[in-house]
Amino acid sequence: MRYALRRLGLYVIAALLSLVINFLLPRLSPGDPASTMFARFRGKLSPEAMGALKESLGFTEGGLWTQFKQYVYHLSQGDFGLSVAYFPQPVTEVIATGFGWTLWLAGLSVLISFTVGTGLGVLLAWRRGGRLDRTLPPLLALIGAFPYFWLAMLALWVFGFTLGWFPLRHAYGDDLQPEWSWLFISDMIRHAALPALSVVLATMGGWMLSMRNTMISVLGEDYITLAHAKGLSPRRVMLRYAARNALLPNITSFGMALGFVVSGSLLTEIVFSYPGQGYLLVQAVRAQDYPLMQGLFVMITLAVLSANWIVDLIYLTLDPRTRSGSR
Amino acid sequence: MSGALFAIWRHPQSRVGLITLCFILLVALIGPWFVCSPEAYVGAPHEPPSALRWFGTTGQGQDVLAQTIVGAGPTLLVGFTVGLLVTFIGGALGISAGLIGGRFDASMTLLINVSLVIPGLPLAILLAAYLPPGPISLTAVLTLTGWAWTARVIRSQALSLSRRDFIASARVAGEPTWRIVLFELTPHLASLLLSSMIGSTIYAIGAQVGLEFLGLGDVSAVTWGTNLYWASNDQALLTRAWWTFVPTGLGVALVGFSLAMINFGLDEVSNPRLGVERRWRTALMSRGVEPDTLTPRVKR
Repeated sequence: MRYALRRLGLYVIAALLSLVINFLLPRLSPGDPASTMFARFRGKLSPEAMGALKESLGFTEGGLWTQFKQYVYHLSQGDFGLSVAYFPQPVTEVIATGFGWTLWLAGLSVLISFTVGTGLGVLLAWRRGGRLDRTLPPLLALIGAFPYFWLAMLALWVFGFTLGWFPLRHAYGDDLQPEWSWLFISDMIRHAALPALSVVLATMGGWMLSMRNTMISVLGEDYITLAHAKGLSPRRVMLRYAARNALLPNITSFGMALGFVVSGSLLTEIVFSYPGQGYLLVQAVRAQDYPLMQGLFVMITLAVLSANWIVDLIYLTLDPRTRSGSR
Repeated sequence: MSGALFAIWRHPQSRVGLITLCFILLVALIGPWFVCSPEAYVGAPHEPPSALRWFGTTGQGQDVLAQTIVGAGPTLLVGFTVGLLVTFIGGALGISAGLIGGRFDASMTLLINVSLVIPGLPLAILLAAYLPPGPISLTAVLTLTGWAWTARVIRSQALSLSRRDFIASARVAGEPTWRIVLFELTPHLASLLLSSMIGSTIYAIGAQVGLEFLGLGDVSAVTWGTNLYWASNDQALLTRAWWTFVPTGLGVALVGFSLAMINFGLDEVSNPRLGVERRWRTALMSRGVEPDTLTPRVKR
């Protein structure tokens, strides 16, 4: 329990720090982006609405501390201000349109990449020095050297444009309406396949290598030798004895890697015009839509932090040593 | 340090990486003298590769080969600068946290962990959007989002080293702290520092190309990232002009791959067991033995 609370404290501090960054950036950066931003709303908003917008971003009378309290208060009310690019929609509404898509795409890629990568890592360590072990790591290191979005561009060009196997853009066909039908869900999967594949290819190598390395050191332990000596089947030793124990350190790095995968899927979304957070983020950057940019950053950070917290809780149930807090 | 360089040269994969990297650096340095101006309009938009234009032309009718070669320099410069800065900052913070310990170490660890859990790319995008576009902003942004990994690795190693006897005896002998850091600790951390510098350079090049691809760099300059930005802006995929984005991506990958290869050799310096194991395996293979789980392995 102490472990869980300590981790929660870390995430709360991280969330606060990202709020502080968000709050200070428009005030400190050169060129006074805040006035530029408000100038773009001029003529579109009534003076009262303008006042409300300024207040929700913390641009009020008073010192920095008062302004910061104002900003956090409005955030906690779900008031992130108005979007410039999608005027007059509030930022929260714009973010809500893309949140589910990113969750689906990033979640799918992370699950596939973790499962396949870890599984391969177990196999490689088991047959260390074998043919697979000699070819797969360099191959994946080579693939991992390419930028995420470049792999996505290549995949889109080969499988989308040239071969025509997969749809080229968006999260579902233009002729469909979101609904719980087999037709729609299969279309959704077809649209997610290529973007997910490029993220999986680029991130799988990391899982595989770290699993392989921990697995190799676990295989050197005495209890593995004992298990062999007892005459247990190799399969049982590999999965129940070695892999189970090697999995734990890999899960702690899961949380850290989550940030990478989310970043990767943000860039991939842009290549595929996939209507998630990354796509919105780029629209916001291109339109200099600072409220939307900031709102997206807060939402993405909070999502990654909560996912980390969930991973910690899972780890807690898997590893009994952390429960006593004496680690 | 020279030991680390020797180990890189002795390791077959690392040697290939080092030679490739030197070749790329050479092309980036003297290549621009041999190609036409990357900004000149030399032909029709999206001309496919030909004997005259080896890599074809961009959507603006510029030479892709010239853009790829000229773009390498600024990209690599930012990449290696960030690699150095990150190693210097992360190394200094990590060593001091590990050595000083106590409350300073606790607050450093907290700062490192907090920086690691905040997703890097969204933060980098946000920072780059507020700063004026250009290589200096990119360097600052990438250093700010990248230092924590190095600091974490160096801190834990420095912490375990600082508990060894030779550091304790140096302290008792009355050596000043700066001497302990420079002459006792750093030599033991050299290969780790070098390998985390290589890691941060790989990260910096990838992230920089990503940010520029989004239009967050100086889009009027010729770099690998802006090449990809313009390729995507000029609808390279829609017009099937694969030659506008493939060479640049291959360049990025080649640099990343050669750096990763060099790191394989460095791993053996910081973890000598790996090298012993590799040579043991080679010896087995040369006698026609395929190692499996029951083959005796090298003891720790």
